[in-house]
Amino acid sequence: MLRDVSFNLGAGEAVEITGPNGTGKSTLLRALGGFLPLLSGTLDWTEDGWDDDRTTGETDAAPLPERLHYLGHADGLKTALTCGENLRLWGAMAGHAEPAAGPALDRVGLGALADFPVAYLSAGQRRRVALARLLVARRPLWLLDEPATALDRAAQATLSAMMADHLGGGGVVIAATHAPLGLAGARELRLEP
Amino acid sequence: MKRTLLALFWRDITLARRVGGGGVMGVVFFLSLVTVVPFAIGPDLNLLSRIGPAILWIAALLSGLLGLDRLFQADEEDGSLDLFRLSPAPLELVVLVKCAAHWCVTGLPLVLAAPLFGLMLALDGPALGGVTLSLLVGTPALTFLGAIGAALTVSLRRGGLLLSILVIPLAVPVLIFGVSAATAAGGGTMPFLTPFLVLCALSLAAIALSPFAAAAALRSAGE
Repeated sequence: MLRDVSFNLGAGEAVEITGPNGTGKSTLLRALGGFLPLLSGTLDWTEDGWDDDRTTGETDAAPLPERLHYLGHADGLKTALTCGENLRLWGAMAGHAEPAAGPALDRVGLGALADFPVAYLSAGQRRRVALARLLVARRPLWLLDEPATALDRAAQATLSAMMADHLGGGGVVIAATHAPLGLAGARELRLEP
Repeated sequence: MKRTLLALFWRDITLARRVGGGGVMGVVFFLSLVTVVPFAIGPDLNLLSRIGPAILWIAALLSGLLGLDRLFQADEEDGSLDLFRLSPAPLELVVLVKCAAHWCVTGLPLVLAAPLFGLMLALDGPALGGVTLSLLVGTPALTFLGAIGAALTVSLRRGGLLLSILVIPLAVPVLIFGVSAATAAGGGTMPFLTPFLVLCALSLAAIALSPFAAAAALRSAGE
């Protein structure tokens, strides 16, 4: 359980949640994502000017869980499906009318593996497919739980660039991390036991 | 929203087809149960044709339980369940669609195989038709009731046994009216339509209500 946590973020801002193991970094992210109920306190989200690519005609007054991407410890990939199929599914589940996996996979350097079952991929490659999910449907808030796990140096640089682009486009990033993510101007929220 | 749910439906069908197990294993299990019974009670054709509908229904119930424990557990393990909750589609509809896909790959093959296996139990034409029809409208109830159990045991590693214990009592009314509809079709004084319509009602009620119960269980499992 967490208490006395308070912060606010504007468009294009990022916060890195740090702290020793077991202090509640993941819990905080899951509470922000709406997976855990808040016992007390409030969570406000207002939005304007986010350039969305949704074409399904949902209203802009969508609740917060529908405006965020969550990348947890699990990658959310089905090993029996190909990378492209996994990404297109999550694009469609995010409300995107015609999700395209190609550009997102190219961005994380896996463009050649689009028709490859995820079962044959290494842990780092699976993580990169999971990161590509953030790009298939545009959503303003990214909640990332240890996003750099299992990534090599090149992929970590790609992740930093992806986050920088997202912030540049007016997005918000909240990441729980132990290693610095290489985000210029990111604030740090340190949780103590 | 429709596109979202359609994508999920095809994902589950594709997964079941590629991973295997689901549909074919259910039918094989169904077949082995139906085959074993005549060996156990002996080659008395009159007795077999009298209890045939009941045997087919019990076999369908047990084979339906076979794949249910993975219905939500697979999605819970790889994090997909969390991501469903970020979708504009409400979790209740996600559950409904997943159950529908599950029925198509596990329930429907049983219904299609039932007339064939009924022959092995010396059922005649009307009884075969009755049993198939009652399974067609009754197995969705088994799938949807099972979904409640699957959602309740989603985070238990070996929840399959607990799932069976939870679901079998709920399935008793379906079994009673399913078997009596199937038996009535094969002759006797009871009209076919009365138990058959009750069976339809049970299925519709399960389809309407269990997505809410299962979604509530899945939400609290995430906490």
